[in-house]
Amino acid sequence: MSELNDLYQEVILDHNKNPRNFREIPSANYKADGNNPLCGDALRIYVEMEDDKVKDVAFKGSGCAISKASASMMTQTVKGKTKEEAEKMFDEFHRMVLGELDEEAEENSLGKLKIFAGVKEFPARVKCASLSWHTLNAALHGEEEVSTE
Amino acid sequence: MTDWDVEKIRRDFPVLSQTVNGKPLRYLDNAASSQVPQTVIDRGAKYLREEHSNIHRGVHYLSQHATTAYEAAREKVKRFINAREAKECIFVRGCTEGVNLVASSYGRKFVNAGDEIIISQMEHHANIIPWQILAEERGARIKVIPMNERGELIIEEYENLLNERTKIVSVSHVSNSLGTVNPIKGMIQTAHKFGVPFFVDGAQSVPHFPVDVQDLDADFFTFSGHKMFAPTGSGVLYGKREWLDKMPPYQTGGGMIRTVSFEKTTFAPIPEKFEAGTPAIAANIGLGAAIDYLNSIDFEAAAKYEHSLLEYATEKLSAIEGVRIVGTAKEKASVLSFTIENVHPHDIGTILDQSGIAIRAGHHCAQPVMRFFDVPATARASFAFYNTREEVDVLADSIQKVIDVFA
Repeated sequence: MSELNDLYQEVILDHNKNPRNFREIPSANYKADGNNPLCGDALRIYVEMEDDKVKDVAFKGSGCAISKASASMMTQTVKGKTKEEAEKMFDEFHRMVLGELDEEAEENSLGKLKIFAGVKEFPARVKCASLSWHTLNAALHGEEEVSTE
Repeated sequence: MTDWDVEKIRRDFPVLSQTVNGKPLRYLDNAASSQVPQTVIDRGAKYLREEHSNIHRGVHYLSQHATTAYEAAREKVKRFINAREAKECIFVRGCTEGVNLVASSYGRKFVNAGDEIIISQMEHHANIIPWQILAEERGARIKVIPMNERGELIIEEYENLLNERTKIVSVSHVSNSLGTVNPIKGMIQTAHKFGVPFFVDGAQSVPHFPVDVQDLDADFFTFSGHKMFAPTGSGVLYGKREWLDKMPPYQTGGGMIRTVSFEKTTFAPIPEKFEAGTPAIAANIGLGAAIDYLNSIDFEAAAKYEHSLLEYATEKLSAIEGVRIVGTAKEKASVLSFTIENVHPHDIGTILDQSGIAIRAGHHCAQPVMRFFDVPATARASFAFYNTREEVDVLADSIQKVIDVFA
């Protein structure tokens, strides 16, 4: 059960239960829909950019605990970051859950997001954890839809 | 139930004796794919070791041997579903191909603009999309038999949908997402009153109770080998000769012709007409061996035992607070779909996997069913005659654990 405990840590369960920035942003200048047709995870990311910085970011939708918690923590983390910084985090996060980045040994900007490192032991759940990030990335690049299947 | 020795049966399936995540494997994903008994493994291995060759074309010893084994499997299929003749049993790579074959071939010949195709609200995507594409191509329309909140088809509505424009009805025998056993025999009789042929998707029925296509009077019936203890890539489309003879080929190529010139090709009779190219010889010989296996056990007793297991599981899971059973039809087989309040099915699936329990989580290729019940997905346990009450107990305990984690 230890790997399971790594996956469903208190923080993740908490963000699942009480997702932060779980709302629409009417003034969003970027938004995109992310779908994982295999799971039925579906979420929409709203981003308000100002002077190349993420002024506000939020999400709505439904999904499993991992996808919801990941979206929730992502919104907290990228707020105030530049587009470039957000893209770097996306890349690092993605590599971490795929097991391609050693989050402890290699320098990175993931901070609290390291809590999702346990996902790498659950290949079937990598897409759940990364859906919100793919969707954010799509939004920042002006795409309106992304699917992780 | 007492006359079913499940421990003895389990020894026939080598995969069941392994451990997963340090726990004994508890395989409850039979509706997705069932496990394979040693006799089927041995038969496939024997073919590959001693008999492998291409069928139908060779005059040499091995080719004749392989052809004999392949055609023997077709004979077994014929007896297993009680077809009139073996030639009415076309080998396909599974139900998906069975539906696509008929939608494409029957559709091209018999479905025209303004015609109607009846399917049901509980169909697997494989029994929706081929008809949808056909309807788009031909300017035909899809009509859908609705279901009630228990997941049972509303038969009066079905009868109202049938008319002189109806060209085919295609309905699953047993729903893969809900477990509902549809009253297919009566539905076929009704369709025949209108002169309409009936296609049965038998993916989830054939592994769970004996099927007699003549008794049902089905015009078409398809099933997948890998859901009935045979290898993937094996499967059957049964069709009445009167239809198959009239239908154009589906795929074309080698093995399905009589004569070919650059001007014109004439086709072989059934079944070859529908079996272009080299088929899944080993897999279908394996299917024959799986039928031998089912004939060697008391299949009626197996079905009875399995059903008692489904009832036991339904009772146990219903008693857990926060668990909702999705699909509560009076007649059910094998499948137990459920949700847990405030827990996504994928989280259920991952946590159960840590207890060695294999279930399915998702929309089960039945998104219209998920929408009807207003759930994004369900968790699904599905039973075979080698599952045990103890496995059901572990399932129920583990579901309680899931609820505790997310409390």
